[in-house]
Order: sequence, then structure tokens, then C-alpha cells
Amino acid sequence: MDMFKDKLLSSFIVFENQLNGGKNTPFHQQRRKAIDVFEEKGFPTVKNEEWKYTNLKPIFNKDYNVFLSSEESLEFRDVRRFFLSESDTYKIVFINGFFASWLSSTTHQNYDVCTFSAALERHRDIIDKYAGSIGRNEDNFTALNTSFAREGAFIHVPDGRAVEKPIEIIFLTTNNENNTFSQPRNLVVVGRNASCCVVERHQSLGEQASVSNSVTEIFADEGAQVTYHKIQNDGENASLIDSTTVKQKKDSTVTIHTFSFGGKVTRNNLEFDLEEPGATANLYGISILNNRQLVDNHTVVNHIAPHCQSNELYKGIYDDNARGVFNGKVHVYPHAQKTNAFQENNNLLLADTASVDTKPQLEIYADDVKCSHGCTIGQLDEDALFYLRQRGIPFKEAQALLMFAFTTDALQNLGIPELKNKLNRLIARKLSVSLDFDL
Amino acid sequence: MLKIKNLHASIDGNDILRGINLEVKPGEVHAIMGPNGSGKSTLSAVIAGREDYEITEGSIEFAGEDIMELSPEERSHMGLFLSFQYPVEIPGVSVTNFLKTAINESRKGRGQEPMPAKDMLKKMREVMAVLEMDKSFMSRSINEGFSGGEKKRNEIFQMAMLEPKLAILDETDSGLDIDALRIVSNGVNKLRSEKNAFIVITHYQRLLDYIVPDFVHVLHKGKIIKSGGKELALELESKGYDWLKQEATV
Repeated sequence: MDMFKDKLLSSFIVFENQLNGGKNTPFHQQRRKAIDVFEEKGFPTVKNEEWKYTNLKPIFNKDYNVFLSSEESLEFRDVRRFFLSESDTYKIVFINGFFASWLSSTTHQNYDVCTFSAALERHRDIIDKYAGSIGRNEDNFTALNTSFAREGAFIHVPDGRAVEKPIEIIFLTTNNENNTFSQPRNLVVVGRNASCCVVERHQSLGEQASVSNSVTEIFADEGAQVTYHKIQNDGENASLIDSTTVKQKKDSTVTIHTFSFGGKVTRNNLEFDLEEPGATANLYGISILNNRQLVDNHTVVNHIAPHCQSNELYKGIYDDNARGVFNGKVHVYPHAQKTNAFQENNNLLLADTASVDTKPQLEIYADDVKCSHGCTIGQLDEDALFYLRQRGIPFKEAQALLMFAFTTDALQNLGIPELKNKLNRLIARKLSVSLDFDL
Repeated sequence: MLKIKNLHASIDGNDILRGINLEVKPGEVHAIMGPNGSGKSTLSAVIAGREDYEITEGSIEFAGEDIMELSPEERSHMGLFLSFQYPVEIPGVSVTNFLKTAINESRKGRGQEPMPAKDMLKKMREVMAVLEMDKSFMSRSINEGFSGGEKKRNEIFQMAMLEPKLAILDETDSGLDIDALRIVSNGVNKLRSEKNAFIVITHYQRLLDYIVPDFVHVLHKGKIIKSGGKELALELESKGYDWLKQEATV
């Protein structure tokens, strides 16, 4: 891992030289601080408690191209399957880290749906106020991302506005010849009583190894409503380290759905700061993995202010040699009375060789709170299977139907019908069945 | 239709069935009665193909075929139905979608085309009227939050939709109040024909006032110790099982 770390450190000098005028901005001072943090910390090892179950050595012992080249031959029909809709969504699309304008549909009317690099030029005030103020700057991967942060999605919804179409953020990688390393950086700022709905996807298109170290910062002002969906269904050689941090003000609601259906290693760091009363955080996750895939969901909810609510429900189905990790921390600060925090993690293991490590962590420093947590690991219910088969539903379909049923409570809050259909199809394909019903 | 010969079955090394002989012909209704633990539910599970039981001896023929090696779904496709004593709850799957899947998988298993949605809906409405079920039922998740009576009614509803050749009703009367019992029995009686048959498993004779059997068998310690006509049920009601148990041990 040290070799790749050294390569990144020297790449920073090259990167800095490319920036020209960009070097004199306050944001660049953050990059400089961040590279120092990364130089000091490097990549985490399994000795780090937060990475105990996820060994990154097999990933970072390889070499990766850090400066990728643009790829302009892709057309919409080549990648149609990764999108929800051809026309009914805003789109911010990147190929190898470069903005693909011909696949995108951005806007600056009423609100901004554009690239991070464009925002670095035209929205410096917002960048300087929010970028780097929400994420965990001391974290290894966040620091590494910040050091090179230049491109990604930027969404800014001013007070009282509602983005009426879903926003699709898609990162495509053409890793046909080389291993690739990319670092998208997203910023979502939603004003008072404003709202938006986002679907994010990382997709590698080639056979070589790819790693994406993605950082997303979300700010929800008073009364804001944000729904953010992450669809993770990448190839067997693709890994993703996603760090998403959310800061919430009074009476805001932020819901993050994480669907992990594929990828070599998928690590989701999801952290919420509930800073003012009345804020609600919803965290829903569904992981369905097989082969040698690994998903590691690390969540933290910081109940800083009183009268806030958090609901967390993660469901996992693991087959073959797949592994799951769930580490859910709820931190209730001393003054956060009347906190309501619910956490649950349920898992199904379909093979003896599949495994799950699940660890709820509650740190409660207030005395008038309601906190619950629970986790289960089990197999499919034999009685239920027999019941379905008795009604003529074949074994495999019966299994799939029960797995659908198992995930259903984590799916029920999906607001976009196209997304629901797409997920149903993805789940069905993942379970290799064709079922002619919808949920 | 169903021929069971010298059937022995065990679970985890415990013998539950110890030589059952039973023949059911089209148009017949057989009642199987017996005290708790006599093997009634095991018998129905073994006929339906539950894999937890080991069949150590004997044979089961259904519709002229040896079904011992067939999966539960294959037996179902042949027209075998088991109404469960404890129907399973399946959250997130509506009664309608479940039935649609069950009916069309069964048709596929028999090499038939899927049933047109319109026909299916029409039939659902008809059956629901007979069983005095509310329309809202169709969009509810299977058995989730159903009362005991609703679960049993749902079983009979599915039976009527699947039109089996042989239906085994395992303690369908348990958990039913007298009105529900009447409605459920009425549903069963409407389905009775010269072509199909029923095995009614029950602890009490009460159900047999409504679904009148042609034959009554008494199961005890994994064996049928007495068979007779419907009057046997009445005799059991007044005398209990003890006189038969004694007779059997003599």
C-alpha cells in the first residue's frame, strides 16, 4: 500500500501544477491541509478498529492510473441501462472523472444542477462556505479525496425551491486497459424549505480493476427535504469507498437509501449531524451479494440537538463467499433530550460460506431518550418455503419471493416509480429469477 | 385418486407414522380424527411433500402416479392442496400477486398458458363473494396481521382459486368462530364434485356437522385404528378416544 501512497503524494505535486489560478483559492488551502493529513495517515489497515473487518491490502497493493484520460466515444444508448430515464431527469455524468456534457442535462434556472468544477468558478461563496465544512477531514479517505477534489456533482437549491425532477449523478469508468483510481467530489446544499431527490451511481465499464474514492457532503437547511439514493451494482473488479456526510438544521428531513448489489469491496461511510431540534434522518440499506463480494456499511448518527429522530434499517442477503459488515453508531449528546433513535440490521445467509459481522454501538449521554437497536442473522424460514412450494411456486422462485419479502420494509419509502421498477428488476436479476409481480 | 400403503415416516429418528393405509376416490370426503400427537399433521405434511420427514416404508400414489420422489411444487401442480393449520405470513407480497404467481406457476408446471388477468380477477371476485371476504383483502400482504379466522378463510380462498383434485384441510376449524366455520364450510361444500376429493383433518366433530364426510378414520400413535361412516364421528364425540385406544392395545 505504501507504493501507491507514494505515487499519490507525488501525483499531488503534478495535480497542483495543473491548477494554475485555482491555487490561490481558499479551497486549495483545504487541499494542502488534506494532503498532509493523508501523508501522515496513509491507508487504514485492519489494525484500525474502523477497518477491522475490511482488509484493503488486496486492493491498494496494486497500481492504479491516477490521471485518467477522457473518453468521448460513448453514446447514450451504450449506457442507457444505467439511467432511470432518458428525458425525465436532470443528469450529471462523468466518464473517467471528466464531465460528459453530451450525456448530461444540467440547469442553472431556479437552482443549480451542475459540476463541482463549474461551481468552483461561479459559486465560490457556496464552495467556501460548505465544501469541506461537513465532511470528516481527519478521515484517511476524505483527506485523500479533498487533496485532489476538482470534479463531481454540485447541487444548490435556494430557499423555498423544489427540484421537480430526480437528479441522476453517474460516474462511468472505462477501465479496459489499465487499473483506474478516481475521486469524485459532490456537494449538495439545500436551502430553507427547499427539496431535491438524487440518484447516484458508480459504474465501471471495463474488466480491469477500478477504485473510486467518493466524497459527498450534504447540507440541509431548516425545513429542507433531501432524498438520496445510491445504487451500487458494479463489476467484480470494481471497488468503491464512499464517504457521505450530512449536516441537518431545524425540522429538516434527509433520507439516504443505499442499495449494494455488486462490487469487489464496497465501503459506505455515512454520517449525520443532527444539529437543531426537529431534524429527521432516515438511513435505509439493502445489500444483496454473492461470489466474493464484500459490503461494509459504517454509519454514525450524531444526535447533537434535542427532539431529533433517526431511523435506520439495513437488510442484507449474502450467498456464496460474500461478506457483510454493519457497524452502526448512534451518539446522543448530553443535551439531546427527547431523542428518538431506532436502528435495526437484519441478515440472511444463504450459504455456510457467507458471513456477516454486525455491531451496533450506542453512546448515550442524555437521560430522556428512546433508543432501540437490534440485529438478526438467519436463514430463510423453512415453513414459509414449504408453504409457497405447496402453492405451486417452485423452490427458486419461492426463495426469491421470500427474499423480496425480507427486503420490502427497507424499500417502502421509495418515491420514484421508475427507481422502484428498476430496483425490482435488479433484485430479480440478482436473485436470478423472473417474477411477474411488483412490490 | 390417493392410495397410501403401509406408510411409515419418522423425523429425527422418531417414528411418527407406523403403517398408514388409506384410499381416497374421486367424489369422496374423508375425515381423519384423533387425539393430539397421533400423527395427523405429519400425515398431511408427508402427503404434500415436506422434506423434513423420512419415509422409511410404504408408498403414496396420487392420480395414478408414485409421488414419493416429487417436490412439493410438483405435487401441487398435479392438483394436491394442503390448507395449513398455521398459514405463514409473508410481508410485502399481496394476496393478489401471490395468487397470480401461484396460479401461473402451476399452469406453467402443467404446460398451460398463464391465466388472463381479466379471468383471474373475475374468478377472485366470485370466490370472495362466496367466502364473504372484503375487497380490501386482495391488496393486503399474505396473512400479515390476519386474525386466525382470516388466515383460514384465505387458505380456502386459495384452494378455490387453485381448484385442486385433492384438498387436505389440516385443522381448518381451529381458531374459527361459529360464523366463520359456517362460511368456510359453505365454501368447501360448493367446491365438492364428483371429480375432486377432500381429506378433512380435525380434532373435533363440530366441523363434520358442516362438511359431512363419507368416511371417518381414527388415527392413534401413527396408525388408523378404526374406520367407519360419519356416525363414527358422533360416537367419538360422546365417548371420547379412550375406548378406541384400549381396543387398539388389546
